Amino acid sequence: MADRLIYLDNNATTKVDEKVLEEMLPYFSENYANPGGMYDFAGKVGRKIADAREAVKEFMGANDQKEIYFTGSGSEGANTAIRGVVNQGYGKKHIITTKVEHPCVLNTYKDLEKQGHKVTYLGVDADGNLNMKELEESIRPETALVSLMAANNETGIIFPYEKVAEIVKQKNPDTKVFVDAVQAAGKIKMDFKNTKVDFASISGHKFHAPKGIGALYVKAGTSFAPLITGGHQERGKRAGTENTASIIAIGKAAELAYDSLGEELTRVKKLRDKLERNILHNIFNARLNSSTGNRVPNTTNIGFEYIEGELILLYLNELGICASSGSACTSGSLDPSHVLRAMGVPFTALHGSIRLSLSRFTTEEEIDFACEKFPEVIKKINKLSPFQKELAELESIRSHQN
Amino acid sequence: MWEYTDKVTDLYKNPKNAGMIDDADAVGEAGSLTCGDMLKLYLKVDENGIITDAKFQTFGCGSAVASSSILTEMIIGMHIDEARKITNKDIVDELGGLPPAKMHCSVMGHEALEAAIADYYGETCVAEKKEKIVCQCFNVTEDTIKEQIRTNNLKTVEEVTEFTKAGGGCGHCKSAIEAILKEIRSEKPALTKTQEILKVSKVIEKYVAPELRKDNGDVELVDIDGNKIYIKFAGKCSACQKSQLTKNYVEKILKKHISEDIEVILV
Repeated sequence: MADRLIYLDNNATTKVDEKVLEEMLPYFSENYANPGGMYDFAGKVGRKIADAREAVKEFMGANDQKEIYFTGSGSEGANTAIRGVVNQGYGKKHIITTKVEHPCVLNTYKDLEKQGHKVTYLGVDADGNLNMKELEESIRPETALVSLMAANNETGIIFPYEKVAEIVKQKNPDTKVFVDAVQAAGKIKMDFKNTKVDFASISGHKFHAPKGIGALYVKAGTSFAPLITGGHQERGKRAGTENTASIIAIGKAAELAYDSLGEELTRVKKLRDKLERNILHNIFNARLNSSTGNRVPNTTNIGFEYIEGELILLYLNELGICASSGSACTSGSLDPSHVLRAMGVPFTALHGSIRLSLSRFTTEEEIDFACEKFPEVIKKINKLSPFQKELAELESIRSHQN
Repeated sequence: MWEYTDKVTDLYKNPKNAGMIDDADAVGEAGSLTCGDMLKLYLKVDENGIITDAKFQTFGCGSAVASSSILTEMIIGMHIDEARKITNKDIVDELGGLPPAKMHCSVMGHEALEAAIADYYGETCVAEKKEKIVCQCFNVTEDTIKEQIRTNNLKTVEEVTEFTKAGGGCGHCKSAIEAILKEIRSEKPALTKTQEILKVSKVIEKYVAPELRKDNGDVELVDIDGNKIYIKFAGKCSACQKSQLTKNYVEKILKKHISEDIEVILV
């Protein structure tokens, strides 16, 4: 293993911020009370949880603390919202979502389909954007839920969820809207109170809180059936003793992420753009798998034609660079990325696509090192490819373009 | 992160025999760009049929590169007919193992080798011979699936996916794979002639002969032809009037230990 660690996989998970860790630690062995207790020792913890809820409320742009429910993960948040709506018992059996959602959402719909629900999967264009007209036409009187992500985990492409919610409510005010905001949290500003979105979920470990904590925004007045029944915690909507230390951590992380949004849009974006520009300029068989436009500032997805993604990752790993691929092999499934397939990324680049995702902890030196090493790595792998003729043609085309 | 053996790691980092042979005597290809892995194998074969050089080009993951690399090392210096006997299992063994989900990489190595040898002999392309495609996503044929089930003694659809990729895409062909598995499972284990003879004579030695020898008789296995087992009595048994009874006894024992449809014929 390399001594160096250049972590460019922040859409997978992030490092816990030291300040977050410091904030949460006393709530393990020092202030360990169950916040439900009737004594000061518990009240102290309860107040701290209220502070965290306030911070998450601000972070998500909610109106009221009561709109924030703590969960165990982004997947739990999605399941709570989706199943919460369908189990509420309105009897509506139709759901609309997109083909590029995260598996935690897609597999939940696969499960609901088995139970008799009808699901419409909306496609995207080559840039990863939704067709709003198609969306509008899909909304029916019996549509219970429209569910879409705020930003895509693989490409970073942002969906216009505010606009989608407007269209949905205009066409059918009874249809609920759920936004999977996991990859938007900490990267772009969220302001759910000024939208018609009913549910939105986030996950702490994507913005420097620990793993195992998330939050669900539910617009005031929206009813939903709880996923986990039991005690009165989270206003009866999510039973189980509060994960106090992690709740406090997500509160602190939300506060820090909120304050860093400006930095994400400037410094982090600048580094991402530099890395992307360098790779696309210096490597003839590299192509950007989305438009440059409407994306979160930390993510880029690049396809390397005629070579395979896992090998790229293994060679990068030798240099201490951590990245990930939508490619089949790494995720354990053999199918190439469903997101890139939905976008129609050509097969020549589909299996060689790499996601690079930065964070506010990424430094300029790290990006410079990656910029320097990428062409070497790709050159080495190109040499192994059985598609030498195709690569040569591509090189000649690109050199004419430049 | 996959748990690759040191050998696999070493080989994808520093592959041996990567590249192409311009004046190759045989070229074999397996996999495709759409499937996500592809291997092109080049062979140089001398007038005695010895593989004097082998090179590969691989589009694929770490274990695909390692499988290709080790394959070239294994076959250089080998007679082409000897190389034909190499199975994907041999490739896996040389690598010190592969993660289950990566077994198909070794299968790809084996397929490319098969194709190259067929090319050398000017035989019909392997891919043309194996027509019926079961898995549309990864273009896997019924013959490939059957071959892998037999060679690697696969028992579940999941294992078939790990070895052949079939069923790893949309998953529509999983029931078809299950049917093939059932079909192969119901086949009687195909034994070679030698294995059959060995098996029958073991049963005779253990259960039949000791009884006959008690009466100073003996029995000898003459031949096997399908379910027909030809035997000859020796010693006292050969002249015994009750030989038909003894034959029936031998048949009963063999039916019990080998197969119900066995017929014993006295010669």
